[in-house]
Amino acid sequence: MDYLDGVTILLVVLGLVGIGIYTLMISRSLIKIIIGMQLMVKGVLLAFVLAGRISGNMGLGQSLALTIIVVDTIVAVVALAMAVRVRRRFGTLDPRALTTLRR
Amino acid sequence: MLYALIGVGALGCAIAAVITKRLLLSAIWLAFTSALVALEMYLLGGPFIAVIELSVGAGLVTVLFVFAINLTGEENTYHSPSVLKGLALGCLLACLALTGYWVLPPTLVSPSNPDTQPLATILWEGRRLDIWLQAFLIFAGALTVLGLLRSAPQETSHKEENPDGLP
Repeated sequence: MDYLDGVTILLVVLGLVGIGIYTLMISRSLIKIIIGMQLMVKGVLLAFVLAGRISGNMGLGQSLALTIIVVDTIVAVVALAMAVRVRRRFGTLDPRALTTLRR
Repeated sequence: MLYALIGVGALGCAIAAVITKRLLLSAIWLAFTSALVALEMYLLGGPFIAVIELSVGAGLVTVLFVFAINLTGEENTYHSPSVLKGLALGCLLACLALTGYWVLPPTLVSPSNPDTQPLATILWEGRRLDIWLQAFLIFAGALTVLGLLRSAPQETSHKEENPDGLP
């Protein structure tokens, strides 16, 4: 892997994180918000593997990425269960319906 | 060149997952993104994590999304105002440009004498406590989901009996 490939993958990482953040900022559906979070985590995973490759310590990069996959899956499962509860209770997936503050 | 092609494909699938209106299609585009990211990981020299990402990220998580969308039903996603979208996009591009300017040059320099250990040694000896914590985390997550989904009918019937929530 040469320098240009590293730059390319780092740009993909930044793109995935950026698309995830953009989704978190503008989305009005809880499930879309979870999808945005997943996209961000994909970028972070790729960054860890790239860091392991560049530093020559691939084992450490992979083990840290494995931890992130486990935590991210649990977060996604709990968040989806909460979205199901919100839909049953409020009848919508719009997170604005959850607020009790006056707008 | 291959890295760039796969990366562009992953970014395209990610954009499709965001702009698609149907939630089910979004979940499928997310699975494609995950598969392409796993392929990129494999090419980078991480076959173990690529397989795990493919099976968990593209398999298990997609099944969970489809299950959740099946329970909640498809709902029209409400779009934010265009001004807010433009503002979010501007802030985001500025942050990404700044991050790229900061991060790109210094991080791609390989160290002279890397400390290489196999994955199994790092995972089972160096990070044993983390493995135990992950196992407990999985258990806690499963119990949380069971608790969240089981108590729903009781609350619904209670709300029907007393819709105002008065004692």
